[in-house]
Amino acid sequence: MSARFSLTSLVLLLALLFTGAAQAVKPDEVLRDPALEARARVLSEGLRCMVCQNQSIDESDADLARDLRVLVRQRLVAGDTDQQVMDYIVSRYGEFVLLKPRFSLRNALLWSTPVLLLLAGGLFIVLNARSRRPASDSTLSAEEKAALDKMLSD
Amino acid sequence: MVETGHFALVLAFALSLVQMLVPLVGARTGNQRLMAVGGPVTVTGFALTALSFAALASAYAGSDFSVASVWENSHSLQPMIYKITGTWGNHEGSMLLWVLILTFFGALVAVFGNNLPATLKANVLAVQGMIGAAFFLFILATSNPFIRLNPAPIEGRDLNPILQDLGLAIHPPMLYLGYVGFSICFSFSVAALIEGRIDASWARWVRPWTLVAWMFLTGGIAMGSYWAYYELGWGGFWFWDPVENASFMPWLAGTALLHSAIVMEKRSALKIWTLLLAILTFSLSLLGTFLVRSGVLTSVHAFATDPTRGVFILCILTLFIGGSLTLFALRASTLTAGGLFHPISREGALVLNNLFLTTATATVLVGTLYPLALEALTGGKISVGAPFFDLTFGPLMLPLLAIVPFGPLLAWKRGDVIAASQRLMAAFALAIAAMLVTGLFIDGASVFAALGVGLAVWLVAGALTDLAVKSGFGSVAPAVALRRFAGLPRSVFGTALAHLGLGLTLLGIVGTLCFGTEKILSMHPGETVELSGHTLRFEGLSPQKGPNFTEDRGRFLLMGADGNADGEIASAKRFYPVRQTVTTESGIRTLGFSQLYLSLGDENKDGSVVVRLWWKPLVTLIWGGGLVMMAGAAMSLLDRRLRVGAPAKRRNPAGALADST
Repeated sequence: MSARFSLTSLVLLLALLFTGAAQAVKPDEVLRDPALEARARVLSEGLRCMVCQNQSIDESDADLARDLRVLVRQRLVAGDTDQQVMDYIVSRYGEFVLLKPRFSLRNALLWSTPVLLLLAGGLFIVLNARSRRPASDSTLSAEEKAALDKMLSD
Repeated sequence: MVETGHFALVLAFALSLVQMLVPLVGARTGNQRLMAVGGPVTVTGFALTALSFAALASAYAGSDFSVASVWENSHSLQPMIYKITGTWGNHEGSMLLWVLILTFFGALVAVFGNNLPATLKANVLAVQGMIGAAFFLFILATSNPFIRLNPAPIEGRDLNPILQDLGLAIHPPMLYLGYVGFSICFSFSVAALIEGRIDASWARWVRPWTLVAWMFLTGGIAMGSYWAYYELGWGGFWFWDPVENASFMPWLAGTALLHSAIVMEKRSALKIWTLLLAILTFSLSLLGTFLVRSGVLTSVHAFATDPTRGVFILCILTLFIGGSLTLFALRASTLTAGGLFHPISREGALVLNNLFLTTATATVLVGTLYPLALEALTGGKISVGAPFFDLTFGPLMLPLLAIVPFGPLLAWKRGDVIAASQRLMAAFALAIAAMLVTGLFIDGASVFAALGVGLAVWLVAGALTDLAVKSGFGSVAPAVALRRFAGLPRSVFGTALAHLGLGLTLLGIVGTLCFGTEKILSMHPGETVELSGHTLRFEGLSPQKGPNFTEDRGRFLLMGADGNADGEIASAKRFYPVRQTVTTESGIRTLGFSQLYLSLGDENKDGSVVVRLWWKPLVTLIWGGGLVMMAGAAMSLLDRRLRVGAPAKRRNPAGALADST
């Protein structure tokens, strides 16, 4: 199913996500222990189905997704912590499998964008508001006078 | 007919060249006659594009498989509605719809823009002509929908079964009305930069256009979300998929634009920023078109193997975004900065709104493009999915939503936070009560649930408080307040409705995510299943036949408290033989604002069937909130000041007087 037949945002999404029967977790996969199963579900939501378009293994019914779901459950039953399970999966499939990229130098720009932009924008607004304050008093402060002189001399 | 459409398309392209050059030269040289060419050329261009589109639609309706596009995306057995909607259910047809809407909006400016300064109108039409010319050329060169096949095949290859849905009739046209609607704001901005000045009529025009585009984009996204929800069969409503983000980014930027345009119109402040936002919003629409149309998202390799279209749109993208931003850099300093205001004021609140919304837009943008950039630059592959956006976008929205109710209650120029807070006391108390009830009685474990419900109630109650305060409930006699309420400007209702809708959407999201339940099981006919107080009995599978598909339909009876059936839910597995695809038709039953959602799986060897069942509390509010937001935008458009088309012409003297106060 190529992107050419798809139409708009959703349509492309539908076409790419679609892989036949829309059933993810099968009844025979579900663990007996509800606590373990709950952990498995949470972990599954953070793991990418590698053959799908931006779909977690919890949502996908591709065979590979099923294998991964079973693998996650096997590790949990074997007594791994959540972190150990994730590390194990990444060691086998690479970082691509994580839907939440790691906090690493490579992803620094990705993770820091919201914070940096918010700070920069806030700073810009504050400075802008400061520089345009003198509406009420006609006399200039020493700083402003210096700035003005500098501007005029430029 | 098909050749007529093809010919009309080529003519429309030629006219768009005239439209982009002649009025521009006229405006430069002050030649009235050259400027006047813009109007008729634009309207004729629209008529020709409409003719071209009608020709394609009739080829689809009549199953003319000698046309390659029809052959690839239609079938004679399809119901008529899907034959027609199939016109834009493919790349070529959807691009034709794109330019149809573009020329339609251009024609609206040409027809209703008589009260605009002549040079501004000429420049706006010229910029619209440039966009049109680029996309006409794109269609004719790389995506021509009118290419014939010889010999003509006897039967078509069928429309993608997922698209054979009413959603295709509504979602893409609405989304495009939104996307392309922002082109008018873009054209006005570039025209203002070309002229080097922004006057009052600029703001009066840009604001209603922003409202129109935003309204349709909101509807388009909400509709798309609901479509995905019921069609994909696992009940998700938002996936943070790059393609979804492509439509969400213009929406976020457009929302910021909507708010800054208010400041500009009312107080003539933030002029330069509003102009930049208008350019950025449409740039994001173009980026969305590129992302979806080039195939770059599927994989960088798919893009590399057939790059013609992608490179073409990339060129358009570079030309328009680069060109407009360069123009902005050169000319912005010549525009006069507007009025001053105290940080604590309605303007101040709207600036904060813009800060958070643009940061959120940038976050989505970086999250969407980072994996592509990383792979292109270093070859490393990472995934950026829902957990990333939950962690970054979510926290950005919290403070924004928290300040929303304050905005409309602050005065222009210099506001009083204390007074606004006092007025919001009741809303605040309600929100805290809602948080406590959620935390103590419903879901004590989840902070997110309590916070979300509280915030949603705060938004809804805040919007109602705004209306109550402005009509004077509590401070004047009820009869007087009622009269004032009826006399409030429509835009006040618009604001309140939009904010209320936002609260409802949030409530729906929190309700579904936090209080939803799910069951996965295998069922034999006659077995019952119970979920969140609802009992369903599986009645069995039965084969059915549709016009171009066969299906196994599973019937489930919803059992009432008295043991009798209280309704039915049916879910089916459909098989479309032409494309050899299987789809799942989910079964949905709406109870109040909540839904029971049922999806049929494979049949097991022992005759039982895999069933996945969800209880989704308040889920319909997600899209209902979107409808309320649209109603808010429509209400604002009905405001006397902002009649679409000719605001000044229809204004009566009394209205003019009211505006000046």
